[in-house]
Amino acid sequence: MNLSKILKNGILVLIASLVLSACATQKKTTTGQIQSDVYTGSDSVEYLASGVPDRVFFATNETVLTTASRETLRKQAGWLRKNSKFSVVLEGHADERGTREYNLALGERRANSAKDYLMTYGISSDRISVLSYGKERPVDSGSNPLAWSKNRRSVTVKAN
Amino acid sequence: MLLRYFFILIVLLPLKAFALIEVDITRGNLNPLPVAVSPLSIDEESRESFKKILKKENIGSEIAIVVENNLKQSGLFNPLNKDAFLQKPDIANLKPRFEDWNLIKAQALITGKVTFVDKKLRVEFRLWDVLAGKEMMALAFTTVPSNWRRVGHIITDKVYERLTGETGYFDTRIIYVAEEGLKTNRIKKLAIMDQDGFNNKFLTLGNELVLTPRFSPTNQMVTYLSYFKNLPRVYLLDIETGMQEVVGDFPGMTFAPRFSPDGKKIIMSFAKDGNSDIYTMDLENRIVERITNHPSIDTSPSFSPDGKFITFNSDRSGYQQIYVMNSNGKNVKRITFGNGLYGTPVWSPRGDLIAFTKLHKGKFYIGVMRTDGTGERLLTENFYQEAPSWSPNGRVLIFYRETKTNSKGEGFSAKLWSIDLTGYNEKMVETMTDASDPSWSSLLNN
Repeated sequence: MNLSKILKNGILVLIASLVLSACATQKKTTTGQIQSDVYTGSDSVEYLASGVPDRVFFATNETVLTTASRETLRKQAGWLRKNSKFSVVLEGHADERGTREYNLALGERRANSAKDYLMTYGISSDRISVLSYGKERPVDSGSNPLAWSKNRRSVTVKAN
Repeated sequence: MLLRYFFILIVLLPLKAFALIEVDITRGNLNPLPVAVSPLSIDEESRESFKKILKKENIGSEIAIVVENNLKQSGLFNPLNKDAFLQKPDIANLKPRFEDWNLIKAQALITGKVTFVDKKLRVEFRLWDVLAGKEMMALAFTTVPSNWRRVGHIITDKVYERLTGETGYFDTRIIYVAEEGLKTNRIKKLAIMDQDGFNNKFLTLGNELVLTPRFSPTNQMVTYLSYFKNLPRVYLLDIETGMQEVVGDFPGMTFAPRFSPDGKKIIMSFAKDGNSDIYTMDLENRIVERITNHPSIDTSPSFSPDGKFITFNSDRSGYQQIYVMNSNGKNVKRITFGNGLYGTPVWSPRGDLIAFTKLHKGKFYIGVMRTDGTGERLLTENFYQEAPSWSPNGRVLIFYRETKTNSKGEGFSAKLWSIDLTGYNEKMVETMTDASDPSWSSLLNN
């Protein structure tokens, strides 16, 4: 191994360690709670039953369900099938970074996107109603991206 | 609300045709006109009578203060300090010594007289051009004593009209949402107050969430969104009787209501299965018409003052933008193409402009543009503000602003603000509680 090769490898190692540390800092800022603008933590989450989270989260201005959201909703559908006496209200919410009226519509759309998914798993629409709160009922009163990500949600609430 | 019939207005003298002073309202408040508002003179007997009825030591001075505050708030006038006034109110009203008023640099002078006649409040007032040494206007009103603040507002409207050439906006009210409590569980009530913040009244108790109240053209009715029984629906409220009713029988959320300019219809959004479209309902025959039919969110509709067009908010392009269409829903045209998101379009009562909220790079702006989307002007930038509503003369916008909370989520507040169309004279509008969703009435005494 000549000197130039040693130097080259050394530089490569150096670059690799820089990349790694960059990843580490990025992870730190999101503390693993937001991925692609969607909240992935469990701070505000409650449970309909053991292992059945009550809410799913959305990206800014989005109503698309993430993979994790679909998994949560499949668990909810399973729980609803087993507990046929229950009806649910899907409460759709938006963060504070939008106009009030548009956010009411957005909340309604988010709750419906959860409803549609539950229905594809055989839950009758008779058992699901939808209620949008727009930006009126945040769970986190913070004015920062993490708080906003927790507030962009559809929450499944037992109606009876 | 139908108080307009209680006013009898008399023109005392023919108006002089040539005004030497005038205020240019198109250029902001760089040079507010110095004006002296003399306390209205009052005889001892009248003063005593009003003191008994209204619990005010001197109603003549009180009315003058209302006028003075209005003029000051407008940003176009600079009311001078009364301590410098040399002439007594009664003599000033008969024949002002113009040299005295000139000395304190007043360009316009308002004088007047209050009397107690047949249990009524009679007010006469005069507007004088100090430099020309001429009377510009003389009017008298008779009304019930409890209307005394409104007399002050009407005087201001007349003065504003005479000096700017445009109708005023002072004898008006604001309906808004009074807020209190935690940000995560706000208690909201409908409230109404005079344009200057006085005579505040709560119209609902706060048991259910209420949002976005808007006046009917005659100011007697209000349409708003209520979460009564957790069913968000558009409601109609008669301010005089307190009667409330749901607008229409929709199987889902209705929201974003406004009246048509003739007051006969409510225009609003109806959300179903994740799709919001715009509908109207005729208040007489209850016929519901669907105006838009698009799988996007269509909301925040607002009629043009002639009723021929509707501006609204839609995300059919992928993002929130502003559109204009014929009142039958035909000929939909997108009018905003700038960077950022656009919402809450509201047509000016003069018909020439649309005010809006814009979100761009994490900031919220209140702006105006022509009705084809050209000539965009952003008037004010902030962390969060939205929902402009026009003064009836189309010169001033009122909107609400929310503060950014600290790292602990504390320090939230919502307040009403107003700003001149020129972008000058931005002012907080005092309210008893936190406040949002303001809507400006038309002139009450019209």
